[in-house]
Formats: sequence, structure tokens, C-alpha cells
Amino acid sequence: MKILVAVKRVIDYNVKVRVKADRSDVDLANVKMALNPFCEIAVEEAVRLKEQGVASEIVVVSIGQKSCEEQLRTALALGADRAIRVDVENAPDALSIARLLAKVAEQEQPGLILLGKQSIDSDNNQTGQMLAALLNRPQATFASEVKLDGDSLVVTREVDGGLQTLKLNLPAVVTTDLRLNEPRYASLPNIMKAKKKPLEVKSSADLGVEVTAKVKLMSVEPPAERSAGIKVGSVAELVDKLRNEAKVIA
Amino acid sequence: MSILVLAEHDNQQLKPVTLNVLAAAKQLSGDVTLLVAGHNCAAVTEQAAKVEGVSQVWIADAPAYEHHLAENVSALLVDLAEPFTHLLAASTTTGKNILPRTAALLGVNPLTDILAVESDKCFKRAIYAGNAIATVEIDEAKVLMTVRGTAFDPVAAEGGSATIKTLDSVFQNADISFSHEALAESDRPELTAASIVVSGGRGLGNGENFNLLYQVADKLGAAVGASRAAVDAGYVPNDMQVGQTGKMVAPELYIAVGISGAIQHLAGMKDSKVIVAINKDEEAPIFQVADYGLVADLFEAVPELQNSL
Repeated sequence: MKILVAVKRVIDYNVKVRVKADRSDVDLANVKMALNPFCEIAVEEAVRLKEQGVASEIVVVSIGQKSCEEQLRTALALGADRAIRVDVENAPDALSIARLLAKVAEQEQPGLILLGKQSIDSDNNQTGQMLAALLNRPQATFASEVKLDGDSLVVTREVDGGLQTLKLNLPAVVTTDLRLNEPRYASLPNIMKAKKKPLEVKSSADLGVEVTAKVKLMSVEPPAERSAGIKVGSVAELVDKLRNEAKVIA
Repeated sequence: MSILVLAEHDNQQLKPVTLNVLAAAKQLSGDVTLLVAGHNCAAVTEQAAKVEGVSQVWIADAPAYEHHLAENVSALLVDLAEPFTHLLAASTTTGKNILPRTAALLGVNPLTDILAVESDKCFKRAIYAGNAIATVEIDEAKVLMTVRGTAFDPVAAEGGSATIKTLDSVFQNADISFSHEALAESDRPELTAASIVVSGGRGLGNGENFNLLYQVADKLGAAVGASRAAVDAGYVPNDMQVGQTGKMVAPELYIAVGISGAIQHLAGMKDSKVIVAINKDEEAPIFQVADYGLVADLFEAVPELQNSL
């Protein structure tokens, strides 16, 4: 079975983002970029399925400018076999991203498509669901366990009240939650090897998708700051303040 | 304008977050229809019909909708979408699973987790783990979005008198089926709906020590949450996680016990009205957002707190 993994280049999760002075966007100049953490978990899961003999080939795909080839190389170093970059100029909207990925999936015919549940920049949590819809395939979002059972896939999902387990016919789309696995670190020999693995570039025109941008970013502002309050000296003082000053307990 | 809101429920009760989503719908000032898709969910329909500001309740009652599978519910939504300008759902694991799928089927871009309604096409939402708030304008014929419940004050659960319409069409996708679920059983209120939340972090040391928090919570009628550190350490299950990667809460009172206050945790609770931090490390970042900070050993302070309530 072939696995397709879609990945995204985002700001490194350790970087504290700042809003630009003109409030047009956040400031990404000279900021460290990385593979989105949830995407890394998706790559790791694909590699584990390959190690178990379930998957035969892992293809990673990313949509973006040349810079995102860096993250594709990271995925190749983690164990993916080949990479595809879909070249786009400006930031496409979510539906265009899903349409581009759907075209790639139609060409590649994977048995399973893995994605992170959301990217840590736009925090949308949409792409996997939209891709599954466009391909008319079942979806299992927020996965914490993925198992192959004959021809079907058994996925446990992290839902608000606990865990839900679904059975899906393949091909299927799965998005990863944090506890699915702990991604490995790429070893130096694998990083070297990754440089020689195939990386193909396609354009949106090659895929026959008209890229749109129907969600316009009007402005970005920093969140309301919360200021520190007071330190209390004892539990008794705390209870007194909560009861008589804040009036939040009876 | 006319708005379709997907009700959040467990086939027995309408989840309170639905009232928050309806508050967002109210700001769009259109006719509001509430869709209850479930199975054996007559009680939910009854509650839904009483909610303030709902003109119609549509009920789709079939086994296919029992577990709110995205494949089936989104097919239903697509079937119903035609007369509506806006389709709203709660920004829960259910809403976030269903709504983007529906949007793609309708050929539009969805919006996730909106915090404010600026106009019928312009909304605010958090990006970068809540470190920035974006104002976005959407150019689509239909606006599909999930709503962060804690960002809107709920509409009244009583006082409405909606007409009820039963829907017959059933959509069942043959490629997916529900297997089983393991839902946390608790008499405590739900995290995202509780007016008081007591949360524990790595400072608790192990899962057993969370009993200290459960005891305080039960005296206060509070829900119990946890930081990602406590979840990652295996002290408590993930559905208790408060933070960017867990649940967003904004209760009247949030008590953080043994939580250092990582950015990702703060993103999930900093909209709480009053924040209390109990931590023995006086340099912990949690104190920078706390209204009341107590520098103390939690193993002494928490039992003392319990006794003084």
C-alpha cells in the first residue's frame, strides 16, 4: 500500500510570534521555520506502517514556494521515499489546497492519506476533512491510534468526551493528533541520504486547479494582554479574596 | 439572511455550547434554524424547541446520525444547505470534524473557530496558538464556520417556541462505521461548560494526586482539567487537557495548581474571568496572568483550600 502524507512548512513551535507594526500580518522575517509538528507525527506514522510491512511506499507532498523543499527533505530524512512540491506563488485558500492535494492523490492513488490535524500557524483544522470530501472517501480526524485490519482501517479518535473508534474502508484520510506517536529524530546518515531522494515539482496548472484566495486577511492584532494581579500570602486570604472581592465562590 | 446551526448533543441532552453558537448566529441577525441530527434524540428536540431565538428546529433521527459521523451528517447538511446563507457549528471535535467536510462538498472555504462577528462576511479568529487575532473577510456565497463557544455569551435555554419539522432523508456512507467508544464517566460538569475549573499540572507528580483536585472541585461544583505536561506524563487522560492542543475554557474562575503556564496552556484558559495560580515556583509564568497568586506547596495549600470552602 502506498501512503501519501501532506506536510506544511510553518514557524518553529518554539518561536514567539510577533504582530507586524502595521498590523498587516505576523512578522515571519528571519524567523526559524520547521515542519508542522502534527505533520511530523503523520510522517512518523507512515514510516512506522512501512516498518511494519503495511506500507510499501511513502510519498510526501507540500504546497508552497521553493523554501518548503527544506521541510520535504526533513520528511525524506525521517523515512519518506519521495517528495512532490506543488509550486504556488501566493498563499492559496484552504479549498484550493484541498483541491491540489486531491489532484495529487488522484495521480498517486494512495491507499491511505495522512495529514496533521492542524497547522500551528493558521490553526484551521480543515485540510484533511476537505480532502476526504473532495475524494469522496471516509475520514478519521484527530487519530490517536491507527491499525490495519484486513482491508479496513481501525482508527481511534480523540474526541471531546474521550475516545471514539471507527472502522474505515480504504482508501481513507486520517489526521493525526498529538498522542498518536512520538516522532523520531532524523539521523545524520538519513539526512545525507534524503538529499538524493527524488523530489518532483508540479505547478497548479499541471494539476489543472485554479488557485483562489477567497479568505482575505484584513488585519492582525496582538491578543489582549492580561496583567498580573496580586500575590496572596495564605490560603485563608485567597479564599477571602475569591469570596468577597472577586465574588466567584459562595 | 438565514442561518442553519448544527446542534451539539449526545442524543439525550442539548450541549450548552449550542447556546453559545446560537449567540453568534443571533449577531448575524437572520432567521435561525437549529438542526438536530441524531438517533432517538426526541428529548434533545424538545429542549432545542425551547431555546430563545430559534424559529425552526429540524430533526433528522436515524441510526446513521447516532454518532455524528462526518460522512453522514455532512451529506445531510449539503442536502439542506440551499436556502441558508450561513451554516454554523460549535468548534468542538464534532463540529470541526463535520463542517470543513460539508464546506468542501459545497465548494466553499470554511472558517474555523471564530471569536467575533464583525459583519455577515467578516470575522475574528485566533491564529498562532492565540498569539495573534486575525480579522478575515470571506468571499463565498455561503459562509460555513465553527464558533468558539467561550467567546460568546449563551442565549437563554428557555423562552422560545420553535416549530418542529421532521426530516426523512437519511444519508449513510458505506465506507465508514462506528466501532466503539470510551467516554469518560463523570458527575462533574463538562470542562468547556463549567463555571469553575480546577486544573493540575506536572506539579501534581502523579495521577493519584489529582484526587486532591477532585475533592476541591466537588466542593466547588467545578470541572477538572490538566496541562499538556500532566497529560503527556500520563497522569490523566487527554480529554482533560486545557490548552491550544486541548480544550479552550473561559470559566468565571480558573484555579491552576502546579501549572507553570506554558504559552500553549495559557492559550486555552487566559480568557477566564478570574485566574488563581498555586505554585511553589514564584517565577512560574502562570503568575503573570493570575489575578490571585499563591506561592505555596500545593500539597499543603490544596487540602487547606478544600477545608476552608
